[in-house]
Amino acid sequence: MSGIVFALTGAALAVILSGMGSAYGVGVAGQAAAGVVTEDPDKFAKVLILQLLPGTQGIYGLLVAFIALSKIGLLGGGAQMDMEMTTGLLYLAACLPVGVVGLVSGRHQGETSVAAIGVVAKKPDQFGKAMLFPAMVETYAILSLLVSILAVSAL
Amino acid sequence: MSKATYAYGVARIRAMEMSLFTSAVIEQLMALKSYESCLQFLEEKGWGGTDVPQDAEAILAAEREKTWRTVRELLGKDTRILDVFSYPNLFHNLKAAIKETAVSEKHGSIYYEDCSIGGKEMARIVAERDWEALPANMRDAAKEAYESFLHTKDGQLCDIIVDRAALTAVIQAGEEASDPIIRDYAESTAAIADIKIAVRSWRTGKSLDFMRRAMAECKTVSTERLSLAAMAGIDGICEYLEGTPYREGGAALKESTSAFERWCDNQIIETIRPQKYNPFSAGPIIAYMLARENEIKTVRIILTGKLNQLPDDLIRERVREMYV
Repeated sequence: MSGIVFALTGAALAVILSGMGSAYGVGVAGQAAAGVVTEDPDKFAKVLILQLLPGTQGIYGLLVAFIALSKIGLLGGGAQMDMEMTTGLLYLAACLPVGVVGLVSGRHQGETSVAAIGVVAKKPDQFGKAMLFPAMVETYAILSLLVSILAVSAL
Repeated sequence: MSKATYAYGVARIRAMEMSLFTSAVIEQLMALKSYESCLQFLEEKGWGGTDVPQDAEAILAAEREKTWRTVRELLGKDTRILDVFSYPNLFHNLKAAIKETAVSEKHGSIYYEDCSIGGKEMARIVAERDWEALPANMRDAAKEAYESFLHTKDGQLCDIIVDRAALTAVIQAGEEASDPIIRDYAESTAAIADIKIAVRSWRTGKSLDFMRRAMAECKTVSTERLSLAAMAGIDGICEYLEGTPYREGGAALKESTSAFERWCDNQIIETIRPQKYNPFSAGPIIAYMLARENEIKTVRIILTGKLNQLPDDLIRERVREMYV
């Protein structure tokens, strides 16, 4: 089997796993945001920002997948169809951090966003502080993005 | 159950909690001079509605209806969670139907309709002795209470049989519940009911056997020890409560009857208070409902006091603690 299969699997997992995390996070935070807007439509802008916070993991996964696809030549032609198995597995390993951490952090960031939306519902003037709680979860998504980009770029 | 299930409902409840009365708002209501100005104040706060007459009972009933409608809507398919809160009304209907059937007299509106078996159906069940139509946790008590009332015409005996069954049903619902709030509510409700029975039994000189028959065993209160303590009077009850989570109830009991009744209601609010910081589960929705019930009860106490021109101190003594 050509290594390109594993390389492509890595790029796919980066998008799929981080996308799943973001979809859950944005979804659950969106439900909470809708609950607040039902009672108080003036808080729409604030709760929308909180809802969007868990959406970044999906973007990070997409970014890593683009770089990986570009490096293996699947973007713009010239794909290395005879890629060595070891190289393919290295791409797969390089893509995993952003995928796995994106899945877990997306879920947790979404749930933290729900709690933060609860803060905004009762104390809108504390929006800045409320936003910090879900933003903290972002740190780990960024760290995994960094590792994935460094690893994919180094191959 | 997925955490996302109640994300919408809890967030909506958080926004609605903003309109719950705080202690400061209750103080404002208390400070008003007349009953009419209190009604005006409630109207300004959005209580009642355009199609609701400017009458205390109508306004309070409309607010209660609004709360239950919202809570049912937010719980969606899980409205069975609310069963435990309708048990007092359901078992009341049973008592009313037994007495009405046995004495063959009609007394107008004596039933609650906001529970699983309304007045008409309950009256039919009792009249036809169709005990199988009742929920399993009511059947034995219904049969026993009916037989005893028919033979002895002792209304109090009938009441304690049905009330004990209601308490047992609440405890059982708590044990079977997956939501911690239902477990905590059931335990608090049963324990407080037992303490109330002990206090009232002592005041009315009831026997040890009567208390044993009326109380329902729960985790935080030993009915045997509480009954024995009640035989020694208020001091005995207070001494027993010292060793339970309800020690403050003893202090309230020594203060006055109304302080004790207020403590009983405040205890339920203390039980639900942690739900203010819970972003998921049905807990905050249930807590909101109980907080609204408590708020409506407090407003009713103030309005009744103002209508009867009671001194502020007397009204204040009965004002409950607020959830927010």
